Amino acid sequence: MKQLLSGNEAFARAMYEAGVTLAVGYPGTPSTEILENCAKHYKDSFRCEWAPNEKVALEVAAGAAMAGARACVTMKHVGLNVAADPLLSLSYAGTPGALIIIVADDPGMHSSQNEQDSRHYARFAKVPVIEPSDSAEAKEFLKKAIEISETYRTPVIMRTSTRVSHSRSLVELEERQVPDREIAFQKDPKSYALVPAFARKLRYVVEDRVKRIAADNSEKWTLNRVEEGSKKLGIVTEGIAYQYVKEVFPEASVLKLGCAWPLPEKLIRDFAAGVERVLVVEEVEDFTELNMKAAGIACEGKKYVPNIGELSSDVLRESRAKMEGVEYKPCACCEKATDEPLPNRPPTLCAGCPHRGLFYALSKLDVDVTGDIGCYSLGVQPPLSALDTIICMGAGFSMAHGMSQSGQKRKVVGLLGDSTFFHSGITGLLNIAWNKANCTVIVLDNRITAMTGHQDNPGTGKTLMGDPSNAADIAEIGRACGMKNIATFDPLNYAETSAVLKQATESDEPWLLISKSPCVLIMKERVGNVRKIDAEKCKNCRACVKTGCPAIECTGKNKPEINPITCNGCSLCNQVCKFGAISE
Amino acid sequence: MNKTTSIVLAGVGGQGILLASEILAKAAGFAGFDVKTNEVHGMAQRGGSVIGQIRYGERVYSPLVSRGEATVLMSLERIEALRYAEFLAPDGLAVVNSQVVIPTTVSSGGAVYPENAKEILKQTFKQLIYLDANRIALELGNPKCANVVLLGALSTRLTDISFEIWEQAIRECVKPKFIDLNITAFETGAKAPSEL
Repeated sequence: MKQLLSGNEAFARAMYEAGVTLAVGYPGTPSTEILENCAKHYKDSFRCEWAPNEKVALEVAAGAAMAGARACVTMKHVGLNVAADPLLSLSYAGTPGALIIIVADDPGMHSSQNEQDSRHYARFAKVPVIEPSDSAEAKEFLKKAIEISETYRTPVIMRTSTRVSHSRSLVELEERQVPDREIAFQKDPKSYALVPAFARKLRYVVEDRVKRIAADNSEKWTLNRVEEGSKKLGIVTEGIAYQYVKEVFPEASVLKLGCAWPLPEKLIRDFAAGVERVLVVEEVEDFTELNMKAAGIACEGKKYVPNIGELSSDVLRESRAKMEGVEYKPCACCEKATDEPLPNRPPTLCAGCPHRGLFYALSKLDVDVTGDIGCYSLGVQPPLSALDTIICMGAGFSMAHGMSQSGQKRKVVGLLGDSTFFHSGITGLLNIAWNKANCTVIVLDNRITAMTGHQDNPGTGKTLMGDPSNAADIAEIGRACGMKNIATFDPLNYAETSAVLKQATESDEPWLLISKSPCVLIMKERVGNVRKIDAEKCKNCRACVKTGCPAIECTGKNKPEINPITCNGCSLCNQVCKFGAISE
Repeated sequence: MNKTTSIVLAGVGGQGILLASEILAKAAGFAGFDVKTNEVHGMAQRGGSVIGQIRYGERVYSPLVSRGEATVLMSLERIEALRYAEFLAPDGLAVVNSQVVIPTTVSSGGAVYPENAKEILKQTFKQLIYLDANRIALELGNPKCANVVLLGALSTRLTDISFEIWEQAIRECVKPKFIDLNITAFETGAKAPSEL
């Protein structure tokens, strides 16, 4: 019987069925659930691990694939930037076992800092990119990717996106089949040791491989398919965009690409020759459109289809109207149903979140704060407005260093989370200690990778497969990096937090602070007793409201009230109230 | 059976949209339909406004619901129904929980929570079932089944899925000790008269 699986569940299932023996990754929305599902359902069948970052993850998978195992690595789109270094050279080496990089793009930036289109990496690294458009294809295509990787000795990029990874659809399950071969590394330095003399030879191997793949992708593989329709319009599409095309252009002929690069040139040329007009519908960049134009195949695409944000059937209807030269008018029922201004409801730090204590104290200081990627990026919103920059993993520390060395007068505080520290904060810290940057850097150590849904990391003492393990000690790492001033504090203790921050930011030396308190979502019980506000004593000064706690509700000129269901009892409001109006 | 039925579930991250979405999708699958759903994960989940989308029919392409297409719009929070009102078809049904969750933007003084939300709901939705699902759930013994109470009300519009199938889907989606509670919650929701 068919099962309803998300794209990410289907990827995990494909690894199981295809006899993958090692799956590695770093959490990142929308890719995270792939490995979580591996661990949840298949850990008795194959090994799965979180790595400290995506570069490490890819290298771990590459080691396994060199030994002949089938290995998959998972990450979000920006993670592939981190893993780009090994990727571009692994393309030269190739591996006897399958090496698959599953990368999840986030068009529309639901949970990301940019909207990069990872297909560019396929061309850049000269490896095929395969794109499923639903869960059934996620499973089928990943299994095909594994075959391709081993047949052509090439890493393969599986590009998924938010709407493929997080949508559920029906999938037929099959049995696991493990290839019958011995897993053992065969020494072959001419393939694996990329000294210039060997790499120069491999450079030709790579170009030859791309040509062979392009030809086979066009004529042998079954990843691409033509759906015959009207000869007036032919649409070339791929990934989730295909689903919208089928709804908005039901009459058109469609060439659905499962592997858009290396370009299946002959297939596309034949398809284009059979229709009057060719439209390319792809999400985000004009990747395939440009490749087609470079091959001399006339087509249109981004002239009508936006390159910013997600596609949807609604968006595509607008593109269609533009292409047909008619005014796009949503029907009466689709016009905004109500003109009533609604209050925005952005995501916020949870009630009782320890980051709030730190941010509230930080907001009282005249400092610049370089932030990072994680739950704490929510601190950028008012009323806390605690972060000034958010760029990429690790930049919270390195940019604090640079800003403090820039010659500016105001002190700089850099911050990042525990998982981010292990990911790429340690090298920044090493640099701060070495070059003596006069800044304060803080690890927001909530003992978990919180934003992506609570994954273990090198500091939690537990692995993805649930085994107890070694736990890295952040203060010890700081000392080993050469930091002389290190302090740990409880961010939910407002007086202590303020005092530590004052001491560090007024000093002329670099400081490493560890803001240590567990994520409230992983605690089984409330942090403390539910608080309440005594309306008699409350002067309506709103100090508690300025903590941005979602449990403190306040409308119009009314005095604030604490919602007893959402309050986590962290007591921060209690500590910042000058009138003693808040108690247990 | 050629038509695709679309449903939008709205609410605040953490209110239980995922479970409601799972039950609905399972039920549609058991009834023999092709099904697609879409969920919100990651950053957008933390107390923010979230939606779940379910589409079923003979052959479903997009997992996303288009504007003006939804047969039912169900909201676990009073004004979140208004935020996604444009998805509802002109003859569609809105199932709205009376619960109010004040956003931090309102508490911090940057925005206003509409005081006349009930009036706006009545004006916006020609067909409306408005329930205090949290109270009903509490009366049934567990405030956490408010989402299933609303799902019961929603089911009245999906005549191609029988009660037996809903029951089977609930059995598969909740822990054994909560099955009876959730089936009762579902039945209660299906019979509950609108409070507005």
